[in-house]
Amino acid sequence: MAIATQSNAVVDEIKQFSNDFRNNVFISVGLLVGILLFAFVFTVLTSGNDFIAALFQGEIADGETLGSMFSSTLNITEKDLGDFGIIVVSGLVQGMLLFLVASGLSIVFGLMDVLNLAQGAFFTVGAYVTWQVHHADVMSAVPPDLRFVFALVAATVVGGILGIILERGLLQPLYSRPIFQIVLTFGVAIVIGEILKAIWGTAPKQWLDPITLTTQLFFVFGQQFNQYRLFVIVMGLVLIFAIAFLLQRTRLGIIVRAGVEDSEMVEALGIDVRLVFTGVFVLGSAAAAFGGGVAAPFLGAGLGLGQGYLLGAIAVVVLGGLGSYEGTAIASLIVGFALSTMQDVSLYVNQGVWASLTPMILLALVLLLRPAGLFGKER
Amino acid sequence: MAIMVDKPMLEISDIHTFIGQFHILEGVSLSVPKGKIHVMLGRNGAGKTTTLKSIMGITPHTKGRILYNGTDLANKRPFQIAKMGIGYVPEHRAVFKELTVRENLVIAGRNKDDFDRKADFIFELFPDLRRLFTLGGGNLSGGQQQMLSVARALVPDNDLLLIDEPSEGLAPVIIETLMAAIKRLSESVTVLLVEQNFRVASQLADSYTIIDEGRSVQSGTMTDLVNDTALIQKYLGVA
Repeated sequence: MAIATQSNAVVDEIKQFSNDFRNNVFISVGLLVGILLFAFVFTVLTSGNDFIAALFQGEIADGETLGSMFSSTLNITEKDLGDFGIIVVSGLVQGMLLFLVASGLSIVFGLMDVLNLAQGAFFTVGAYVTWQVHHADVMSAVPPDLRFVFALVAATVVGGILGIILERGLLQPLYSRPIFQIVLTFGVAIVIGEILKAIWGTAPKQWLDPITLTTQLFFVFGQQFNQYRLFVIVMGLVLIFAIAFLLQRTRLGIIVRAGVEDSEMVEALGIDVRLVFTGVFVLGSAAAAFGGGVAAPFLGAGLGLGQGYLLGAIAVVVLGGLGSYEGTAIASLIVGFALSTMQDVSLYVNQGVWASLTPMILLALVLLLRPAGLFGKER
Repeated sequence: MAIMVDKPMLEISDIHTFIGQFHILEGVSLSVPKGKIHVMLGRNGAGKTTTLKSIMGITPHTKGRILYNGTDLANKRPFQIAKMGIGYVPEHRAVFKELTVRENLVIAGRNKDDFDRKADFIFELFPDLRRLFTLGGGNLSGGQQQMLSVARALVPDNDLLLIDEPSEGLAPVIIETLMAAIKRLSESVTVLLVEQNFRVASQLADSYTIIDEGRSVQSGTMTDLVNDTALIQKYLGVA
């Protein structure tokens, strides 16, 4: 009798778990589709005869009525699709770059309860190192594409080394003091910014020596896109799946996921959790620096580069659910698409503030409905 | 005090442990002979769990000595102590709810083939785990989680198991299964058990230590304790 009752309880729990997961996926996909649908409708209504301007500002062309303008607006042209394509590609690129900062932030927070506010600074360092190695005189004999690969590797290694220094040298003594950790990582971000300023000055560094991918184009519905954007998207996707593989299919991944739940128990099983902490922290720092390196060819290297991505990444991590890797991956895409859509809207209304506020507005809306984020659990 | 004829595997001498500013253990001593089941008895809050955590280095002792096979465990971290061959089954099971049963077992292995070597033994002891192998730890019932928690400690080649309140909150039929498993385990490993359920403790253990208000107050063989109703009534409140 007791066993039968327990079995029923197990079945109920599994059903509940499946329902929760399905709901999470349903809400996430709903948000993604909703944002893209809004982007598409906005693109269609503002292109051609600009129905929105006609509706709200009375800008009706001669010989037209509001009705006729609406009818002609509904004829979707290749240009509409191309404009929408720009939003989609831009959203994917921004989503992938956000993921590169947010993935480390999320895993480190989940495992170690450390909110690493220096993650944005690592992104900036990655951009500067990539720019410097690629443009260094001593590297001029190396073909640009190969030079860029070296530069990316150098940026990733530097990010990893900075991660080791920060975790081993400064954070470890503060593991029992979370507030101090936040203040420390914030301080480290400021110090890194000052060091970068001392080395490279305050003027942003433009990418002057193009690589093949930045000079070649691809076309979607008549709109041309730089192939480098495709590279960023592919690199982001590769990393999403590589980290997912690491977490789901390897012993290290099992340890990390277990550590997110109960690091004390992991240690009691004979695993050196501090070593795992260092490894994960280094992975996160290296991923952020790699992200900065990837961003450098089209964003250049500037002092404020990482801070912008850090704010977006914090929104991503909270939106996806603290410590949830799948949540972080999906939330990166959601915030990326929301950003690119609102950048388009901001351009239209000539109010840039809407784009920069987007991650926080989206975050506030989702947290009102789901305080633990999309895939998070109550902590 | 009973005379221990076997050489102790674990010997704790007058340990003191603080948690924050609270002085939790104020002098615990006990001796666990090799190949036996030794139980720690005592009321809630007496310091039994803290004693296990002090052995594991989770709440390190500040005074006294813990010797395991003659090696002092002072200043060792929990993972180092675990690697010396001590398995820990904590109170409230502490299975990893987001990991599958398989992953919960695999993570405990110290060598790549530990789980493969022990799988038959573990499934013979707890047949339910084979059926639940791919389920998440959070989807298991309390009894199944307890079995998983004990099974996890069996994956590596441990010589000593510290098991904290295995019967807590479980149905009688599940307790019987666990008791049988622990009894069988004691043929190959030494067990230090914390158990509130006196009936369970008396059927399993060879020897005991009573902990009261952070101090060990009495030790001896289980046979002696079962016959000492006054002592049982005084410290355990069992008639």
